[in-house]
Amino acid sequence: MPRANESGMVRKRGVGYWLTHLGLIIGVLFIFFPIWLAFVASTVSQQEIVRPPMPLWPGDQFIENYTAALFSGVNVPVAKMLLNSLIMALGIALGKIVISLLSAFAIVYFNFPGRRFFFWMIFLTLMLPVEVRIVPTFQVIANFGMLNSYSGLIFPLIASATATFLFRQYFMTVPDELAEAARVDGARPMQFFWHILLPMSRTNIAALFVILFIYGWNQYLWPLLITTDPEMNTIVMGIRQMFPSGDDVADWPVIMATSILAMIPPIIVVISMQKLFIRGLVDSEK
Amino acid sequence: MATLKLDGLKKSFGDTKVIHGIDIDIAEGEFIVIVGPSGCGKSTLLRMVAGLETVTSGEIQINGVRVNDLEPMDRNIAMVFQNYALYPHMNVFDNMAYGLKIAKTPKPEIAERVQTAAKLLQLEDFLQRRPRELSGGQRQRVAMGRAIVRRPAVFLFDEPLSNLDAKLRVQMRLEIRELQRSLGVTALYVTHDQVEAMTLADRMIVMNDGVADQIGAPLDVYKNPATTFVAGFIGSPATNFFGTDEVTVNRNKALMSAFSDAERAVLEKPATMIGVRPEHLQVCEPHDAYLTLSVNYSEALGAETLIHGKLPMGTAITIRQNGHLPLPEGGQELGAVWSENSVMVFDQNGKRV
Repeated sequence: MPRANESGMVRKRGVGYWLTHLGLIIGVLFIFFPIWLAFVASTVSQQEIVRPPMPLWPGDQFIENYTAALFSGVNVPVAKMLLNSLIMALGIALGKIVISLLSAFAIVYFNFPGRRFFFWMIFLTLMLPVEVRIVPTFQVIANFGMLNSYSGLIFPLIASATATFLFRQYFMTVPDELAEAARVDGARPMQFFWHILLPMSRTNIAALFVILFIYGWNQYLWPLLITTDPEMNTIVMGIRQMFPSGDDVADWPVIMATSILAMIPPIIVVISMQKLFIRGLVDSEK
Repeated sequence: MATLKLDGLKKSFGDTKVIHGIDIDIAEGEFIVIVGPSGCGKSTLLRMVAGLETVTSGEIQINGVRVNDLEPMDRNIAMVFQNYALYPHMNVFDNMAYGLKIAKTPKPEIAERVQTAAKLLQLEDFLQRRPRELSGGQRQRVAMGRAIVRRPAVFLFDEPLSNLDAKLRVQMRLEIRELQRSLGVTALYVTHDQVEAMTLADRMIVMNDGVADQIGAPLDVYKNPATTFVAGFIGSPATNFFGTDEVTVNRNKALMSAFSDAERAVLEKPATMIGVRPEHLQVCEPHDAYLTLSVNYSEALGAETLIHGKLPMGTAITIRQNGHLPLPEGGQELGAVWSENSVMVFDQNGKRV
């Protein structure tokens, strides 16, 4: 693939070139500034934060604050919340991918009665946000006794109309001859799925994994509803739980350290899968 | 290696009849080409033999065994697809080996069979490459390799050369023919290209609208087309067709000397068509001519010249003549005669008399 800097666009040098970069740098600084502030706040002491003006350069409490956050936290150690979030996000992302792959496979390659009907039923649920069905969902989960459990966190969010739709669209671009060639080669439907369709979809899977992992990681309302036990708190809602009610003083450095820690896993996922992610979005590799 | 028999084979999609009944007995090692224009049902026919389409009625037999209800893999066939249908994420070796792996062939045997096929197809240096790193011709060879390693009873080709450029097509055509001969496998080959059909086939099936208009050896089909469709489809440029009223000059002489009694009887009826191939027409003196045409334009192709013109009633006509003969100009009036025994008469249903 030709890189952008070899072909047009950024190639020309001169005032325009530097102005473009200046603009980009300002934009990046603008976006990065709040994160920087959060980082700074997580490395100073409580007194320094509450005393105006706010510090703009990191202090010397880095190790203390992060140790405090990770291993004791406010209600529950952040390490525990990170683990909870990780299990939930992985469960949601992998579960969604497995289920969508299988349902898209069924919808595209099998001619069963009501195929279109089922597809449109799945597609319709796209239009229902979680919030709309949250009360009945809560009822169901509560009846199953899944409150305060990983399964309760994961299962209600595990089906994905979006991912099913995306995989369906992708499968429909795979030439029919490929399925026929596999059939002539003697592959059973599931062998075709495992040996051919799945490896061909790997870039799409990676792209979807990134998106869904972040989706799962950022879940707020649902964990807030069904986890009452601090041991089951996820990190995104856990941050909220750290704010004291009433007149207690918020432990800002620890909260900020928690926020920074909460950002790290999604960043790792994005960066480590960036190559596959972009390929998944850009080319279909036929 | 096997015989293949199609018996009254029919196919409909819902109420639409696509294939109206094909019968053919194919001998062991025979190369059969199914040729016809787009939409005539030739690919459907092939896919029925492959087991990718169900059979509406009739029977397919391979080696005398009815295979109508068998899965493709149980029919002992291999198919080469038009767009090759190579698995894009597998290298050449795995592409060829996939069918054998599914069949749980022992690994050393897979390796040996793939190596043999690769050697035959000059693919040895490419076994580790992905399909997208190969040229069109190489992909084509991989697709054939995939068919060869399975040692099928019948080879099925679905327009395998139509995605290649003209030069490569000629080369691959020869290779396919050689390969099929040396392996001695029965082959069924679908194409819309009559040159492929003429050069490859032991026998060809000329299909028109779901009907096998004619089944026969290429030269027989060329010399004795059974219908106007076959006469028009096989041979290039296409056969000239005109009504009896176009035969103006020396009409009586022409009709008397050129046609048999049976033909003459039919010629009296309306809607009868006379067909003459462009290569059987010669320019001649006006007083000897059976046909008079006014020239529209001439195409000089070097070895030969194509003269395009119009007969008095407006029917288009083409004459193919040797390239060293003088080139007629546009607007010129020419006389033409057909060589003996080259004229064909078709009745009002398009059937040869």
